[in-house]
Amino acid sequence: MSGNDRVRDVARGRLEPADYAANFADLHPPLTAHQAEVEADRCYFCHDAPCTVACPTTIDIALFIRQIATRNPAGSGATIFKQNIMGGMCARVCPTEQLCEEACVRNSAEGKPVKIGLLQRHATDHLIEAGRQVFSRAAPTGKHIAIVGAGPAGLACAHRLAVLGHEATVFEARPKPGGLNEYGIAAYKTVDGFAQAEIEYITAIGGITIDYGKRLGDDVTLEQLAQDYDAVFLGLGMGAVNGLGLDHEDIEGVGDAVDYIADLRQTSDLSSLDVGRNVVVIGGGMTAIDIADQSKRLGAEHVTLVYRRGADRMAASDFEQELAKIDGVTIICDARPHRLIGEAGQIAAVEFEYTETDGDGRLRGTGEKFTLDADVLFKAIGQKFASNGALGLTLDGGRIAVDEARRTSMAGVWAGGDCIAGGQDLTVTAVEDGKRAAQSIDHTLRGA
Amino acid sequence: MPNIRNDFIGIKSPNPFWLASAPPTDKEYNVVRAFEAGWGGVVWKTLGEEGPPIVNVNGPRYGAIHAGDRRVIGFNNIELITDRPLEVNLREMKQVKRDWPDRAVIASIMVPCEEDAWAKILPLIEDTGVDGIELNFGCPHGMSERGMGAAVGQVPEYVGMVAAWCKKHSRMPVIVKLTPNITDVRQPARAAKQNGADAVSLINTINSIVSVDLDAMAPNPHTDGKGTHGGYCGEAVKPIALSMVSEIARDAETRGLPISGIGGITTWRDAVEFMALGSGNVQVCTAAMVYGFRIVEDMITGLETWMDDKGYDRLDDFVGRAVANVTDWQYLNLNYVVKARIDQDLCIKCGRCHIVCEDTSHQAITETVNRARHFEVIDAECVGCNLCVEVCPIEDCISMVAMTEGVDPRTNRPIDGTYANWTTHPNNPAAAAD
Repeated sequence: MSGNDRVRDVARGRLEPADYAANFADLHPPLTAHQAEVEADRCYFCHDAPCTVACPTTIDIALFIRQIATRNPAGSGATIFKQNIMGGMCARVCPTEQLCEEACVRNSAEGKPVKIGLLQRHATDHLIEAGRQVFSRAAPTGKHIAIVGAGPAGLACAHRLAVLGHEATVFEARPKPGGLNEYGIAAYKTVDGFAQAEIEYITAIGGITIDYGKRLGDDVTLEQLAQDYDAVFLGLGMGAVNGLGLDHEDIEGVGDAVDYIADLRQTSDLSSLDVGRNVVVIGGGMTAIDIADQSKRLGAEHVTLVYRRGADRMAASDFEQELAKIDGVTIICDARPHRLIGEAGQIAAVEFEYTETDGDGRLRGTGEKFTLDADVLFKAIGQKFASNGALGLTLDGGRIAVDEARRTSMAGVWAGGDCIAGGQDLTVTAVEDGKRAAQSIDHTLRGA
Repeated sequence: MPNIRNDFIGIKSPNPFWLASAPPTDKEYNVVRAFEAGWGGVVWKTLGEEGPPIVNVNGPRYGAIHAGDRRVIGFNNIELITDRPLEVNLREMKQVKRDWPDRAVIASIMVPCEEDAWAKILPLIEDTGVDGIELNFGCPHGMSERGMGAAVGQVPEYVGMVAAWCKKHSRMPVIVKLTPNITDVRQPARAAKQNGADAVSLINTINSIVSVDLDAMAPNPHTDGKGTHGGYCGEAVKPIALSMVSEIARDAETRGLPISGIGGITTWRDAVEFMALGSGNVQVCTAAMVYGFRIVEDMITGLETWMDDKGYDRLDDFVGRAVANVTDWQYLNLNYVVKARIDQDLCIKCGRCHIVCEDTSHQAITETVNRARHFEVIDAECVGCNLCVEVCPIEDCISMVAMTEGVDPRTNRPIDGTYANWTTHPNNPAAAAD
């Protein structure tokens, strides 16, 4: 029962080759030296700078911008890496308009913050392109730490441990490192293989071994790691995605946004991807907005993102929402999927119901409905932690409970990134988790 | 609309904005462009003796200090006087003066310190019909090593001697251009006046090495690996020039001696400031070399608008008006107390006022109030130094407010509106005994 006679339209190569290149080019091209100089000059070098306070990794932003202004780019990059070894990726993907740039006093002065993200990219690119290291390793401690997950949390932890003189072995289920940096972030935010270039830079310090194809629970166990190594850090990520809870979710054309984005990031030929003519995305976070925008950029004719609450509740930043709208994505708020309409085992349309929030803040349907044609339906309503062998740890809200130092309930086991309770699902917070855990591990192993 | 016509020692120009003797006035082509743009007058690029002209280096002549966004705030040059034959310059000057009779054309001269040399060139210049002469006793580089320029300007006796020769061998008004590369600028000014000079102009450029090329390990600009000091000018030298102008304006021996103000004048406001300190008109070079001649349009309209707002009809209404308020430190009123005030509505919370006061001054601005980021002046510590005002990025956010009553919480001294200065202060060992 489709309600129309439309033929499902899913196709590859909807665009000309040049269009793919243009649509997936760097979203924010790097600043030229001149642009960086002009922008750096706008920084007031605030006392106890609000931007630094707003940064989850507490990068001394005023200092690194001053170092750009004084033509000390290596010193600038070092200032950033000291606090955040993934400062290069964070410069590209941080929602700066909600963090450092929101706090910039230039907002009060003239409504236009210093472009901190782009300046950070300028400084970090300088060091990574030159392959110039800013850390040297402390004397070997003879300690060996097992890290599970080569995502931002795991690699940040491994790097800091290496700096402190320890050895780290990282167990990674996938064939490439980087976690969501490699498999999840929108392609136009990290072009030219930057995720891998950054990891090469990070691991170049030495003392870090990555063991691929090792999934916790299947290939290694937490119990064994805890026994074989001096400490364990879990940077597992989420592992699973939420379902809609509707009938027929398994019919053809209904998929998880994270899987499609991973395919998009890994393909060398964007024209090989299946793209629906009518794409419907359900969700309101970064993944939802990214899949909607990228579908549009791959040539989908109509892309509609439907979110169950108001736009102000969307986890996707204002900038991301704006960008998607400019790219032609239709955003419908206050509606939730009611029924998947299939035809011959394939998705054809989705029926939605408008929602409202009652006095207690609970969402309820208004009874009013509408239907959207869908050749492809993406689910992007959040990921959830799948324990995947991280058994026996105390959870909090479905994720691993940790203390301030990122210690789990199990002695000798630390955790960080999206898998821990209170995680903000940002690269920058994952890096901070990894860094803090490494410091705590070091502290513990030295018996201080 | 106010009248901005200028009469400087009898030399008339439609406005007080002259181009100083420098690269922009080296030849007819440039000078005509300047007059077309609206400049009131030019002091032609300095002429030397008849005969083979001097030569300039073929390497770079200029260097600069840049502020953010490469705004030029200080400029340095090692160019010499005109490197074109005297007769070519004289012919062009004559033509320009004929074509532009309402504009001021002044000849700048630098010849050896011998009476014959001056006696020989002065009639040639007078023949061009230009309005007057300016004696270049200022250039700090190249010519001074040959006994000219600053080498003369640094010896008041020579300044006076040459000024006297010029008055003797010419009927033209004589302006003596002074070098700032001297301990007391009043000395050459006095010598000029005593020997009949009609006016002084100042400042010429300041000895400078503008920067060092850290790859070549040589001063900038450098030619074939070597550099030399040049003459510094541009916005950065304005404070030095204003001070020197004021010294001559208020010196008992030179008071009333007409001054043509020079030194970093970039805007109409800069020009007005020089004139308020006693300059009858102003000369500009660097600003034109940085932005081109059109800046004079803003100088003219800015001056007119300001005069209109202030109710001044003619330039003479405000020339020298600030001179009486320049005094020696010892006469400043020590009973006058100000405190900084931060306008919280304008404050953007950058915290720079706090940190500079905390680190380098008097610990008189809070960092937090009730644990919230809040910058507020602590009157009991504030000495009214003005540092916070100057570092605040927002103009008028912080101001200095005079106390008119009550007790200064810093000193516990009552504010009584009386005047008392250092000369009578009890801490002054040399205070006049009552």
